Amino acid sequence: MVSLKNITKTYNHGTVKAVDDVSFSVEKGELFGLIGPDGAGKSSIFRMLATLLIPDKGSATVAGHDIVNDYKLIRSKVGYMPGRFSLYPDLSIEENLDFFATVFNTTVKENYHLIEDIYVQIAPFHKRRAGRLSGGMKQKLALCCALIHKPTVLFLDEPTTGVDPVSRREFWEMLKRLRQQGITILVSTPYMDEASLCDRIALIQHGRILSIDTPQGIAAAYPNSLYAVKATDMPRLIHVLSTYYPHMHSYLFGEVIHLDARGMGGYNLPDELTQFLTAEGFADIEVKPIAPTIEDCFINMLVRHDT
Amino acid sequence: MTLREPVITVENLTKRFGDFIATNAITFDVYKGEIFGFLGANGAGKTTAMRMLCGLSVPSSGRATVAGFDIYRQTEQIKRHIGYMSQKFSLYEDLTVAENIRFFGGIYGLSNHQLQSKSKALIERLGLQAERGKLVGELPLGWKQKLAFSVSILHEPRIVFLDEPTGGVDPVTRRQFWALIHEAAASGITVFVTTHYMDEAEYCNRVSIMVDGRINALGTPSELKQQFGEPSMDGVFYQLARGAKRGD
Repeated sequence: MVSLKNITKTYNHGTVKAVDDVSFSVEKGELFGLIGPDGAGKSSIFRMLATLLIPDKGSATVAGHDIVNDYKLIRSKVGYMPGRFSLYPDLSIEENLDFFATVFNTTVKENYHLIEDIYVQIAPFHKRRAGRLSGGMKQKLALCCALIHKPTVLFLDEPTTGVDPVSRREFWEMLKRLRQQGITILVSTPYMDEASLCDRIALIQHGRILSIDTPQGIAAAYPNSLYAVKATDMPRLIHVLSTYYPHMHSYLFGEVIHLDARGMGGYNLPDELTQFLTAEGFADIEVKPIAPTIEDCFINMLVRHDT
Repeated sequence: MTLREPVITVENLTKRFGDFIATNAITFDVYKGEIFGFLGANGAGKTTAMRMLCGLSVPSSGRATVAGFDIYRQTEQIKRHIGYMSQKFSLYEDLTVAENIRFFGGIYGLSNHQLQSKSKALIERLGLQAERGKLVGELPLGWKQKLAFSVSILHEPRIVFLDEPTGGVDPVTRRQFWALIHEAAASGITVFVTTHYMDEAEYCNRVSIMVDGRINALGTPSELKQQFGEPSMDGVFYQLARGAKRGD
């Protein structure tokens, strides 16, 4: 449904490489996540696929059409929700929605079933101007406007950035229901915990794809054993671990420390570490093998790239 | 922290906008050198509360002091004794690293002499020697955020307010940023921080969670997890914020 081949995009006369030789494809009906921090090149990829930017190199198709030659055909088939709020702030909720339906030669009534779920949540405020809505309501309206012409592909650029964890969960529930209706969704996010909600993900940093797979596949490819370590005095614990075991990468992860046991294959790490930490004066020591999260995988790839 | 010296005291602090009570009689203290996580759903009233504490908005009722200064009458003193940084407002992109340091240091009232030595030390500590003449707009986001934080505490304020400082930053840089926060707290600066990353709530000494204008939970992360019977702060937050009636 979406396919990119060796796409490169530079800015400032080639001095800034935003997207660097990126290739991937999204199957029909798939919920595909582009996961990476700000500045990784996610928005540039969306703008090219939405036919708003032309790549320097490479080619891409959306719904079977070339993004450069067939841009007009693509525009009627995609829904695009940019990272920055881009509706008309001085039109009301209702007027914005009507406007986008009209631009695409359709009516709100015709495709109401697609947005009903989401629209009922903002319908009580339908006369309110879009510029005066809360962040969450703006986000829901933007999604409705991106859907109202019944697109076959939906591009969502960081729809949950700056949104609290509860609202983020609700938003992902909406995406799952949209996918059930057969819409292909390409979504980007800087929140690693959202990766597990996608069918497949691409981890991206500095304009390059680090890895593409299902979230389970990426976790399974984690190269080393990973442990969660916990004890009294966590600040000293992280210091001691990085001082005495510098070859293993240790980092804070919520209430525990994650320890990547690179090169420690032959050791019984939990026993060894518990002994060592006891001797160092720690109490309530816990060392547990754990399954890596997508965030662990991302950290591992960034650290490996740096060294 | 043997002697718990309060640097922020808040008592029934309230802000109304017409009929709407954005911040509804909140009460808490924050202590010297503490990392205090100020959490809540979008629209819960965090920003309004923070604006009052920074001396940018006059409360409707209630009392509060920040660094010993009254938030009704001594707002100018407050501004001089705090640092502030957010993801949205940090540094000037079209000034260089050195110019930004000089500009903000000047605004915070540092002398030329102080500026010179502090600027040099800061650039060295962050390893930005090669970048000092570069425009801040050319730095990667992670560097920008680390620099913005360091600049916000250049004048050694008693308190620094951080409003979602790590939004959109990669997971490695996010942890480096928290190392800076811990360093600042260890040097005695009180850190008042908002975040939507629940793992970061674990890095705070204490956390408050606002729901519909009120503080519905306040304690250390382990106290809160125990109180709400949840294994993680994510679960605690979800239990509380799910019941929210307003905002988003």
